[in-house]
Amino acid sequence: MTLYLIRRLFQALLVMLAMSLIVFIGVYGIGDPVEILISPDADQAERARAVAALGLDLPLWQQYGVFLVRALQGDLGRSFVYNVPALQLILQRMPATLELAVGATVLAIVVGLPLGLYAGLKPDSIGGRSIMAGSILGFSLPSFWVGLMLIMVFAVQLGWLPSTGRGTTVEILGSRWSFLTRDGLAHMIMPAMNLALFKISLVIRLTRAGVREAMLMDYVKFARAKGLTNSRVIFVHVFKNILIPVVTVTGLEFGSTIAFSVVTESIFAWPGMGKLIIDSINVLDRPVIVAYLMMIVFMFIIINLVVDLTYTILDPRVRLESKAI
Amino acid sequence: MNTLEVQGLRTHFHTRAGVVKAVDDVSFSIAKGQVLGLVGESGSGKTVTGFSLIGLVDPPGRIVEGSIKFQGRELVGMPEEEMRQLRGNRIAMVFQDPMMTLNPVLRIDTQMIETVQAHDNSSREVARQRSRDALGMVGIPSPDERLMSYPHQFSGGMRQRVAIAIALLHRPDLIIADEPTTALDVTIQGQILAEVQKLAATTGTSLLWITHDLSVVAGLADDIAVMYAGRIVEQGDVGEVLDAPLHPYTSGLLGSVPSRNARGVPLRQIPGMTPSLLSLPKGCTFRARCFQAGEDCLQEPPMDEALPGRFVRCVRPLRATVPTA
Repeated sequence: MTLYLIRRLFQALLVMLAMSLIVFIGVYGIGDPVEILISPDADQAERARAVAALGLDLPLWQQYGVFLVRALQGDLGRSFVYNVPALQLILQRMPATLELAVGATVLAIVVGLPLGLYAGLKPDSIGGRSIMAGSILGFSLPSFWVGLMLIMVFAVQLGWLPSTGRGTTVEILGSRWSFLTRDGLAHMIMPAMNLALFKISLVIRLTRAGVREAMLMDYVKFARAKGLTNSRVIFVHVFKNILIPVVTVTGLEFGSTIAFSVVTESIFAWPGMGKLIIDSINVLDRPVIVAYLMMIVFMFIIINLVVDLTYTILDPRVRLESKAI
Repeated sequence: MNTLEVQGLRTHFHTRAGVVKAVDDVSFSIAKGQVLGLVGESGSGKTVTGFSLIGLVDPPGRIVEGSIKFQGRELVGMPEEEMRQLRGNRIAMVFQDPMMTLNPVLRIDTQMIETVQAHDNSSREVARQRSRDALGMVGIPSPDERLMSYPHQFSGGMRQRVAIAIALLHRPDLIIADEPTTALDVTIQGQILAEVQKLAATTGTSLLWITHDLSVVAGLADDIAVMYAGRIVEQGDVGEVLDAPLHPYTSGLLGSVPSRNARGVPLRQIPGMTPSLLSLPKGCTFRARCFQAGEDCLQEPPMDEALPGRFVRCVRPLRATVPTA
């Protein structure tokens, strides 16, 4: 088990290294940040000074080397634009995105699992069919359009919910959180719903497919033959068997929500990481882009690890192999 | 009073292609402590008969006619909750494939204790105690440890023993065993048969043993019922039926068993195939494959008591004196 964890950690480092290299070269290839950052009126000397200050006068491989050495010391560089450490910039924005992603994932599970279960148990009922039809909408409606519609209906016409920003926040452990205040929660509902819609559909379909498959299995019939009540058969025997795909997908979806909730954050003017990365890409703020993507990679690795560990709890047949290579 | 009394049972499946008469006018009875072997080819309706008895026929199938009296109580049309209380308690069932009947993600103790607690209010401790005793009874070594295992940590034979132990937990009055030894290799099969025979004798449990293996029936059963295309075609004392079958189908089945026949002589096959249950031929369903069919076989043959205690559904039964095979 320990060996397994060490191996996973080592793999994580390799992936992050590869990631940083790709992003470094990629951003270098897109354009010269100097053109964007330094005012066109600046004279030659000023320009040279600025370029040297940013470390952009060195050849690429040297720039990368400097970055690596500093990264090993925990310094992922300073933002070209804000002149603060990139990591600090990202961590400031992280709580906003994190609470939104958690909210959306919780919604997906709380709404998706029961609906999927119902649709799986009664596939031919009107309710079951409606749920499936609804999930197709959830899949296919573009999230920017749904976001705008939500604002139109609930903010503009009904006036029930605020349409932009995070609302009142509370500071805990040095970060600001919205979900602890009434106002903040009201601000969260629409963006979280917007993000959750796709996930709900996904969970519904996975759960339904799992339930329909499990209901045909001999162990379900045997459980019935043992005289168990229907609810025991469904909530213990069937449920535990369908959780594996749901956990996998929910885990990965959680990761991609944190990383790529750009559209929703833009529409609801939610000051999260998604907006930060888009702004940074616009001005080619390379340290922020690199740091952000490395963090995302790290996060995905952690999520995958947690998902794998969850498997061992859910399915006794899964054993994490700890053989050395 | 007989433990089980089945009269004119018809279980039909209403499908788009038509009505599948999986069980069509089946009658039999089992006295206390007796073993009835229900024999037939795949698709002859044996398993559906078994499931009909415990009310677990999956839609679109349902019992359309007939009566099943268990200790004098009518099971057909019994409310689901009453039926559930009988299942696994007074009537237990063992399935064919031990690899599939236990839930792979639940520990053995969970699966046994829930069976105990489904039918009485014993505490977990008492239930665990009883589960352990049941495992010991079917010959599982160190039952305390094995209770903590998962199904995948058992071999097929061991899993079937666990399934049998589960069936025995409430000392049922009737056990329906649906080819429980078919998936096991011969030595294990022998052990389990001996085990079951001993248990039935000591506890006074009646057994309905569903199988296609005539040698198993010969060693185990008191009576035999031979099924063909959803009907019982011959019924009687196991020794008499196997020694001198009256129905041409029974005779054909016996003729195709390798061990009964002399070396070097090709096995006798029954020509043709089992008819589709969707479109059964008129009259005797075995007519097309029968070596002595005639005009009179176009009439539906009734179940006749051809000899004392020997029932046969054939208008031209073989003479009991004619040696077979």
